[in-house]
Amino acid sequence: MARYDIYVTYREGIFDPAGATASRALGQMGYDSVKSVQIGKFIQLEADAELAEVTEMCEKLLANPVIEDYRIVPVEEA
Amino acid sequence: MRFGIVRFPASNCEQDVAHAVTYLGHDYTYIWHQDTDLQGVDAVVLPGGFSYGDYLRCGAVARFSPIMGEVQRFADGGRPVLGICNGFQILTEAHLLEGALLRNRGLKFICRDVPLTVEASCDWLDLPKGTQISLPINHNEGNFVCDADVLERLRANDQVILRYAGEAPNGALDNIAGICNEKRNVFGLMPHPERVVDPLSGNTDGQSFFTAIAAMMQEIGA
Repeated sequence: MARYDIYVTYREGIFDPAGATASRALGQMGYDSVKSVQIGKFIQLEADAELAEVTEMCEKLLANPVIEDYRIVPVEEA
Repeated sequence: MRFGIVRFPASNCEQDVAHAVTYLGHDYTYIWHQDTDLQGVDAVVLPGGFSYGDYLRCGAVARFSPIMGEVQRFADGGRPVLGICNGFQILTEAHLLEGALLRNRGLKFICRDVPLTVEASCDWLDLPKGTQISLPINHNEGNFVCDADVLERLRANDQVILRYAGEAPNGALDNIAGICNEKRNVFGLMPHPERVVDPLSGNTDGQSFFTAIAAMMQEIGA
């Protein structure tokens, strides 16, 4: 069984209102160092699947390539 | 004519669509999302709601329901398909319409009547360009986005059918409230015309969405 960590975030140029709100809040709290916040999804997938098949799952369902980028990280089982 | 109204788990506006078309003298058939037969209906409506709990992305899971293969074929054959609210989200996820619907810019669920401007005609709406109407919106993810080249194409082909008049309440790109496909038979919009058909609701601006398609079907002898 393989494990994959999948990170889904908005594509560049797509406004992320939740991220912008969190970023503004951090600024108001005095964290002047914050340049931007991007809020996305983290998906843990366990499957008897090769990377190519997981990529297909991302393209078809787990992410929407019209608005989102995804990054798949295969996880070594301890 | 007979409208096929597709029910997904957590659709919640199918009865409003049924009431609207019945009020206008038409028939309807509910079609369960697990079915693979559109039962010979003349037009398909994907109603509003929260299909599959809006999990992952609105419409993302519903788009793979067994009935959607048939809806795709029906649409490819030039037959009329209407997606209202969650139905619009499902149509974009299914790539039957371009773009996507993001969370409202102000992060709030919005439920109120909004003024809209008719920008062009499609199989589902045939009002003069510039007509002002009022329809209710009821959504959390109505912020339409698409790539710049897609927007240019939508504008060039007159595929933008409805715009929010004034500022878009949800942040939608170019104030877009409803678009159709290139063949103009598939139409998706965030507002709910089905809720303002019966005069009891105090507004009948939604009637034209269902009368236009009925007139067109009659014309082609369907």
